[in-house]
Formats: sequence, structure tokens, C-alpha cells
Amino acid sequence: MSRAVRPGERRGYFGPYGGQFVPETLMAPLAELAAAWRKARRDPEFQREFRGYLRDLVGRPTPLYFARRLSAAIGGARIFLKREDLCHTGAHKINNSLGQILLARRMGKRRVIAETGAGQHGVATAAMAAAFEMECVIYMGRVDMERQALNVYRMREFGAEVVPVTAGQQTLKEAISEAMRDWVTNVRTTHYVLGTVFGAYPYPDLVRDFQSVIGREARRQCFKQAGRLPDRVVACVGGGSNAMGLFSGFLEDPGVALIGVEAGGRRIAPGEHAARFAGGKLGVLQGARTLVLQDEEGQILPTHSVSAGLDYAAVGPEHVWLRDQGRATYHFVTDEEAVNAFDGLCRLEGILPALESAHAVAYVLREGSKWKPEDVVIVNLSGRGDKDLQLVMDWKARHARSGEASSS
Amino acid sequence: MSRIATCFEELRRRGRRGFIAYLTAGDPSLEDTVDIALRLAEAGTDLIELGLAFSDPLADGRVNQASAERALAAGATLGRVEEAVRQIRARSEIPLVLYSYLNPLLARGFETTLHGIAAAGFDGVLPLDLPPEEAEAFQPAFTKAGLDRICLVAPTSTDDRVARIVRGAGGFVYCISRAGVTGAQDRLASDAAEVAARARRFTKLPIALGFGISTPDQAREAARLADAVVVGSALVQRFFEAGNDPARRSEAVRWAAALAEAAHGA
Repeated sequence: MSRAVRPGERRGYFGPYGGQFVPETLMAPLAELAAAWRKARRDPEFQREFRGYLRDLVGRPTPLYFARRLSAAIGGARIFLKREDLCHTGAHKINNSLGQILLARRMGKRRVIAETGAGQHGVATAAMAAAFEMECVIYMGRVDMERQALNVYRMREFGAEVVPVTAGQQTLKEAISEAMRDWVTNVRTTHYVLGTVFGAYPYPDLVRDFQSVIGREARRQCFKQAGRLPDRVVACVGGGSNAMGLFSGFLEDPGVALIGVEAGGRRIAPGEHAARFAGGKLGVLQGARTLVLQDEEGQILPTHSVSAGLDYAAVGPEHVWLRDQGRATYHFVTDEEAVNAFDGLCRLEGILPALESAHAVAYVLREGSKWKPEDVVIVNLSGRGDKDLQLVMDWKARHARSGEASSS
Repeated sequence: MSRIATCFEELRRRGRRGFIAYLTAGDPSLEDTVDIALRLAEAGTDLIELGLAFSDPLADGRVNQASAERALAAGATLGRVEEAVRQIRARSEIPLVLYSYLNPLLARGFETTLHGIAAAGFDGVLPLDLPPEEAEAFQPAFTKAGLDRICLVAPTSTDDRVARIVRGAGGFVYCISRAGVTGAQDRLASDAAEVAARARRFTKLPIALGFGISTPDQAREAARLADAVVVGSALVQRFFEAGNDPARRSEAVRWAAALAEAAHGA
């Protein structure tokens, strides 16, 4: 399931990226978590339990759906959608939340905490905490609570306490810091369900492993439905967990291009986007050494994306390593392209994508005309977009107004 | 001998426990930091930790977070903090430690940055998010710059970890008295005695105890368990509340003097 540590490579590192840059208080609990995970991973009973709940509670396998009209619209390449939006609670996040909560239960922890940006990870964690009878506290930036209000209600309905984070930019990054502060304080009783392939080791490995079910299913389904491997797999990248989950199924297939799509926001200028591969520098943030959007003083820059789930200043370290090795490429699309793709998928396929996933769709809409009609492309539809309807309506209203203003 | 080693040697010779004060550099301004640091030195403070404000201080509680936000807004860049330290150094030999997250130290190249920090007059650096596993790769730069790397020991640090931590440690060992972030507490954590004693078993370096100490009584109690006590958030809050009012700032300095006296007399 997990990539073995190669000779000369330090555990927790992907080339020079990753590591464990956290306060000393967290080092022992991280070691405890890594040990528990290594043991659970080899335990057939744990794996059987995990697979059982993935099937019966999450609703896996999710379909790989041939998007006929989308394919026709872009000029022929055969586009398949990996329907993670059909997972219980509406996004791929639950694969990881379920896995970590089963692991926390084995470790004897009865309280879980999590950060959330778009709210999907918070909702998934709150739902699983309810199902496995755990106390649950979710940290969420106040700005994100406003733009994802529906998800806040869902979390509270599942019995979780949702704590607004008012520091800094009041989005995902601050929510992670606040969750880490809680963890550092309650480390003996609490497991921190980190939602993406980020943070200190073992999180990038652990989360990728729990999400790797996406790539394994997609590979098998692609053989069955298209008769061969895909030419490209495309996923949006915030922290990068849905992308790592999909990519991990194809790492050993050199003919499959791995394509990550970041949030280009309004434009590539400081504070206006979240495209780390376009504007980031090597640094250390929240436990990991990776590409970080920062100023020349090493202060973390504010970010912007129409999508709360991609609105983050750093990227999962394994992605940077995949880029360095030439194994994956990373691109960005703007807010406007993402909103257009959100509309496009609704109209063409009757599928409402999350704004995060709409970034991957937008890349396909933009680049697809360059591809060959016989090409097979898998797009990870990582979540559904009900949570984003209000936001998209507001965005359109604002842009219609500013459009009128600029033309008058 | 370094200023830090001399300071603890002197304390030991006099049979005293030390008092370490923490300030965020540049809150409310760097001119104020120079003034407050010099007055703290006169008031019996043995060592000062100056915090470099960082946008994402995940080991800090609310008081220090707010302080860092004010310092950043006031333009407390590393270059300007170094300038303030040169001004302190012109008038005082008090040992100075830079308390910092790693990223601002990496931004312009780690070695160059440490060299600048040492040249300005700092004696050591306390990197918050650099545990021993990661620190080993960075150690040569500290050695080359002649800076002590101050290490943290936490209540969650196992014996194996403490042994590993102290191998690269310089100056003194900073024991965190409780699992948690910086910030005042009503009473000294029950972990404090144990963590200080555990560190003592593995190192001959002086032991400082910090996190959550906020009254002279707590400082006295903590000082009995260690060689020095650190007071941070409580002091930051006092100076913040005093603002630029000279009388109230003097009052905050007198309160710091009471903390120092409590530690010294323990």
C-alpha cells in the first residue's frame, strides 16, 4: 500500500521535502501515531475493517463515469470522471477520516479534532466521529465558516463542536495552526485527524495511503471500461490529498501523465492566488518542508481562491518531489475558469461539482482540444458542489456588477 | 566563555536561580523593545528572549499571537530586530536569545542569516519547530556562527528523546512545564517537576522552566525546580496594557523586578 523507504532516504522525506518540523511536544505523539499506523497497515483485521466500512458506510467503489457530452464538447478525448462526489458526505475526504478514526480507536483515543477549509473534511470527520462515538471538535476559519455555512450546520448536526478561528486570514492555514495548538495541549487523549497529505510525518504518508483507494479503483475500472490505462489523470491540488490518492494508483505506469491543477485565483500576484508551483519558494510551514507562498522575510503570504478547499499557502511535500522527478506536472486555472467549469459540468452532464473539483474540470476544458480523440483521461471529481451554490451565485452577481461598471 | 554560560556560572556561584524574560521584538515598536529590554536588564533580569514575529506561530497562545501580529504590523523584520539588538548591545551585556520559527530564518539562506544574527549581538537561537531529528542537519550552521542552539524538552519527551535532544543543545535546556502552547496559567503544571528532573538526568547544562508562569509565587515555585524560570506571555500582556504610558511601563518593569526577585530568592 505504501511506498517503502528507499536506501539512503530518510523516513518521512520525499527527496528533500517533508520531514517533521514541529514543536518538541508533538514529536512523541507523532512517533506513536507512525508506529500505530505501521502496525495497522500490516494487520489484515484492520484492513478488512477499513475495507468493510468503505464499502458499506462510504459507498465504495465509486463509479468511473464516461462523460459523453463533456468529451464531445472538448473535441473528442474520452473523459472519465472518478465520482468521489458520490461518497457519503459528498467528497473523497471521508476515505481518510474513516481510516484515521479507526486508527484513533485502536490507539485508545476518544477525542478527535480536525481543521477544515471548505468544510468537507470537517463534515466527514464529524460524521465518522458520530458513527464511532467520539468527541469531535472542528477548527474552521471564520471567513470559511461564512462562505461554507451549510457545512457548518452539517457538522453541528453530527454533534461536533465547530470552533471559529479568528487569527490572521481566518481560513484553512489558521485552522490548521489552531488544531495543532489543541493537539499540543490535549495530546494524551486526542487524535488530530489532519485532512490532507500535509504536515509532519506520518501524515503525508498516512493520508495518501487512506486515499490510495481512489487510484486503485480508477486503474481497475479504466482497464475494464476503456480497455487500457489512461493517458492522463487530472486532479485539483490544495494540500493535495485527492490528487495523491488518484496519482498513487498510476505511479508505476510511466505512460500515464499525472496532472495537478492549482488555484490561480484572480491572477498570479502575491495574495491573489494559491498556485504554489507558480509562486512558491522552498520553506517550512506547519510541520513540512515544501513549496510555500511567502514573502522575502519568510512570512507566509495571504492566499486567495474562490474555492475554500484550495485556499492554502503550501502544498503536500510528495507533490513537489513528483514535480522534481518529472513524474507529475502542475498547472493552474483562474477563479473564472473554475466557475465556468462548474457551470459547464452542470449543463453538460447534470453533475454539480465542488468548486475545488471544478478546477480539474476547467483544466480539461481549456487543454482538452489539444488531445487526440482516442486519448483516455480520468478527472477526479473529488466532491460535490451543493455547498458552493450560494458562493457561485454571489460570485456571479459581483462579477456581473463589476463587468457593467468596467464597460460603462 | 559565552554570555549565556557566564550568566549561569555567575548565578551558580552566587547560589541563585535566574530570571529569563520573553518579549516579542517590535511590539509595540522596536524603539520600545530596546527601552524595555534595557530596563528589564537593570531590574534584575538575567537573560532576555526576543521573539521574531511570524505570521503562523503555532506553538504560541493568544497573547503571543496578538503580540506577533502587532509586531509584524509595526514592521519588525529580522533586519530591524538586529538593528534593535545592536542598540541594546551598545549599552548592555545581558545575554540575548532569538526565539523564532524556522521559516523566517530560511528565507534568505540559513547560514547567512545565522551569521547576521550573531553579528548583531545575539548569543543563541531557540528554534520552536526544529526537533533534534531535523536539527542535526542545521547544527553546523549554528556552530559556525558561534550561536548556542537552545533546545526544548517537553512533558511528552521520552528518555530516549531527551538524550537525543541534549546532544546538540547549547546554552541552557528549556523545559516546557506543560503540554500546550505559551500562555499564562493559574498554577504551575504538575508536569513541571518531572520534566525538569528528567532533563537534569541527561545534561549538565542549566535547566530553564517556562510556559504558563505568570506570578512571582509561580516563579519562586518553578525556580526551586530548575536553574532559571522563563516568563513570557504574562510579561508581554503587562507591557501591552501599559502601552506608551511611562508610569504604567515603569509599573510593568517593577512587576518584572518582583518576578526576578522571586526567582533569585528561591
